[in-house]
Amino acid sequence: MKHWLIVPLLLTASLACGAEFTVLRPQQSSVSFVSKQMGVPVEGSFRKFTARIAVDPAKPEAGVAHIDIDLASIDTGMTEADEEVAGKAWFDTKNHPVASFVSGSVTQSGKGRYEALGKLTIKGKTLDVKASFTLKQNADMLVIDGMFPLKRLAYGIGLGIWSDTDTVADEVQIRFHFTLATK
Amino acid sequence: MPNRYTHTAITLHWVIALLIFAAFPLGVYMHELPLSPDKLRLYSYHKWIGVTIFLLAVLRVAWRGTHRPPALPEAMPRWERIAADTVHYLLYALILAIPLSGWLMSSAKGVQTVWFGVLPLPDLLAKDKALGDLLKEVHEVLNFLMLGLVLAHIGAALKHHFINHDGILARMIPFLGRKT
Repeated sequence: MKHWLIVPLLLTASLACGAEFTVLRPQQSSVSFVSKQMGVPVEGSFRKFTARIAVDPAKPEAGVAHIDIDLASIDTGMTEADEEVAGKAWFDTKNHPVASFVSGSVTQSGKGRYEALGKLTIKGKTLDVKASFTLKQNADMLVIDGMFPLKRLAYGIGLGIWSDTDTVADEVQIRFHFTLATK
Repeated sequence: MPNRYTHTAITLHWVIALLIFAAFPLGVYMHELPLSPDKLRLYSYHKWIGVTIFLLAVLRVAWRGTHRPPALPEAMPRWERIAADTVHYLLYALILAIPLSGWLMSSAKGVQTVWFGVLPLPDLLAKDKALGDLLKEVHEVLNFLMLGLVLAHIGAALKHHFINHDGILARMIPFLGRKT
């Protein structure tokens, strides 16, 4: 029922501002991460994710984002590791296939720089995260580039033998790059 | 004519030999292990040893290039001289090429090599899975080639010492020379 109200409201809003970016261009978007193994930064990414984002560059503070990541689509660069992290000790993708980020407040932290507070849910656990990002508008595209750190053990990612943080560090950097169009 | 290698050459020879005797079995063992923190640790140790071998090998080859090795015995047949030189040159090439192939493989596989966890080596290649797999093959083939050459090298040294009694082994192990 509510949808009947929201859709015209959104339409009016976007007509009024004229520049709300809502359509993700998956080919020019990515969600990747950097973990430290034996002190060495190693990059990986997630092949599948959905991002429902609505940002008006004129007032980014009103922007909203809901990002779902298909954890089984992880690409660590090593097949053996891809299989390992799907297991119970890591993501347990059978029971928790999706990680999701839901934005809360967005504040400006500098020229073209913003911070989004949000809730990140992984493996059934929801914690607050603070993501910093930049907005760049080129022609008809809006590019959001940012990152946030997370502590993997706080979500129970990499338990048992893997909880030793000397080999795989607790802190993992999540990086996101979203390209949005208006339609 | 000196009858043995310089102290520098002898030291480098034996230190490199010891490190290879550690890194080679470690490499064979670790790559069969299921993924675990131990495996990651062993890979790092293997890489650190490899980088060390590479640096010592550069010194060794530079030293060899500027210091003439002791002459081989007059009595040694021509084919043996050629064989000895060939094996020596191939070993010099391999102690440089093997660590290099490992380093490139690491880069292609997207895991930078950081010597002793402190000094990052530049990634000479971008991440590329197919290239990484190819370099792994190269690393493996070169290693088994080296295994064959090292066995021939040791076999020849023992043959010269125990059968020919020509003092060749003493060129690399000075205390053996005192007896004769």
